[in-house]
Amino acid sequence: MTIRTIALNTYKEAVRDRILYLLFFFAAATLVFSRVLALLTVGDRVKIIKDVGLASLSLFGTLMAILIGTGLVYKEIDKKTIFTLLSKPIGRGAFLVGKFAGLVLTLFVMLGLMSIIFLVILFLHSFRFEAALLVAIFYIFLELILITAVAILFSCFSTPILSSIFTLSFYLIGHTSWGLKTLIKKIPPGFGRTLARIAYVLLPDLESLNFKTEVVHGIAIPPAALVNGLLYALCFTAFVLALATLVFRKKDFI
Amino acid sequence: MANALTIENLHKSFKLGFIPKTKEILKGISLSVEEGTIFGYLGPNGAGKTTTIKTVLGLIFPDRGEIRIFGQPHLAAKARERIGFLPENPYFYDYLTAAEFLDFYGRLFRLDKEVRTERSRRLLKRVGLERAADLQLRKFSRGMLQRIGLAQALINDPAFVILDEPLGGLDPIGRKEIRDLIVQFRAEGKTVLLSSHILQDIEMICDRVAVVVDGRILNQGPLHELVSEKILFTEIALSAIDPGSVAGLGEIVSVHGERILLKVFDDAKIERVLAIVQAKKGRLHSLIPRTETLEDLFIGIVKGQ
Ligand SMILES: Nc1ncnc2c1ncn2[C@@H]1O[C@H](COP(=O)(O)OP(=O)(O)O)[C@@H](O)[C@H]1O
Ligand SMILES: [Mg+2]
Repeated sequence: MTIRTIALNTYKEAVRDRILYLLFFFAAATLVFSRVLALLTVGDRVKIIKDVGLASLSLFGTLMAILIGTGLVYKEIDKKTIFTLLSKPIGRGAFLVGKFAGLVLTLFVMLGLMSIIFLVILFLHSFRFEAALLVAIFYIFLELILITAVAILFSCFSTPILSSIFTLSFYLIGHTSWGLKTLIKKIPPGFGRTLARIAYVLLPDLESLNFKTEVVHGIAIPPAALVNGLLYALCFTAFVLALATLVFRKKDFI
Repeated sequence: MANALTIENLHKSFKLGFIPKTKEILKGISLSVEEGTIFGYLGPNGAGKTTTIKTVLGLIFPDRGEIRIFGQPHLAAKARERIGFLPENPYFYDYLTAAEFLDFYGRLFRLDKEVRTERSRRLLKRVGLERAADLQLRKFSRGMLQRIGLAQALINDPAFVILDEPLGGLDPIGRKEIRDLIVQFRAEGKTVLLSSHILQDIEMICDRVAVVVDGRILNQGPLHELVSEKILFTEIALSAIDPGSVAGLGEIVSVHGERILLKVFDDAKIERVLAIVQAKKGRLHSLIPRTETLEDLFIGIVKGQ
């Protein structure tokens, strides 16, 4: 009940934030632009719209997650609104989970709206609706949820700018760490390979949530990869959120 | 009478700065607030008043010491449900209107919708904001924020109200209104703990005070016990005599033309000053014994540090 109250208030705060509309505007502009781009090129136009569309959903969704994720928790601490809130009978864990839920709700609505624009543009071009696109979008959403949790974790102990940089690094590392897999195959067994293995296990692998290429090119996705991605996202999010709660519980609000 | 709050031997230090350096902020605070009274927590800026209050509210964890609220450990939900808190320089969600804000806080106490609506309306009226109910908090002035902060602290009808510098940022009329409200709280049977660095504000309304300086409580008790009736010194205004002739008997505060203002600390010396005035045919303008006020107590303690 208190979690819900905090979540809804966070949602209210987020949707009254102008930055969100700016990003939303850019996302919509990019989606429209993808159609223009498609008209200008030869080749499979539908593929280009899908490609650019999914990429921009992912990109602008990530930016939204980072900006509101790092901003909203820090703002509570910085502006001291948290003083009155936490002096009420609310657990600190409940507060953080409420914030997280509110942000996830915001991202759900935003990603939903962007997806509708995307699907409508695509439909106007091809007069077809592909359910597979929804799979790719669902996994983009899972990734946004994870990024939000990471942003909240960082904003428990640093400023929004630093947290944004950290979260962005998490995102970039997460999308390049799969390169280690190739590396592991290439280098000879020994210390170097073990090191690469350890690094791969420790670093986030966000590519396991990326089914954009498969969906755009109509390649079948093995169900194991879907299940694997889902479990990976959920467990990782739960872990990061638990870590954030741990940090937040111990914090002195001076 | 039972205590609404007891604090025993509270210690807290912070690690501050880029290269963390430990700074001891609270150095063994003990105090108790009796139910149904107004307790004044006094001290200069930086003494540790806000830190103590935040520790009581669970915003800061103490290094050592025990805090009980109505006999319960201070972090227990049961204890917190009976507390209302107004922070120093309050700031709230500025994207909410006053009514939305109170409704939100009412929800956190799981109040029913009718209760929330009823209470918000009544509280807004009580703090003089009924016309600002639908105004976003970003448009509020400093004094209005103080008032909505007070309303927010009362949303759960608390038995114990903790107010950190409640009169800060208010004009004289506002100060009087808030002071009257605080006295009303006591009449309703609530217990009040309020902090301040301005004495006149609260010496009239507090039943008991504690003076905190540099993280230690230096004095605690009913006001009339802390402020003695003892005469500290006597101020004598004279004229038409040579300042040198009374210089040894006290401290000459000022000399304006003929007029001398003299501070005498010893009763026996007053007689001698009067004798000199009589002998030299000087004039006596006034003779005022100064007793101790809370302000003096305060200044004395601070200087003693
Ligand atoms: N955020 C902070 N950063 C650095 N020092 C702080 C902070 N908050 C409090 N302090 C230090 O703690 C001491 C006590 O502060 P505080 O409890 O706010 O005093 P008071 O409320 O009596 O004015 C001060 O000396 C201050 O330097
Ligand atoms: Mg203070």
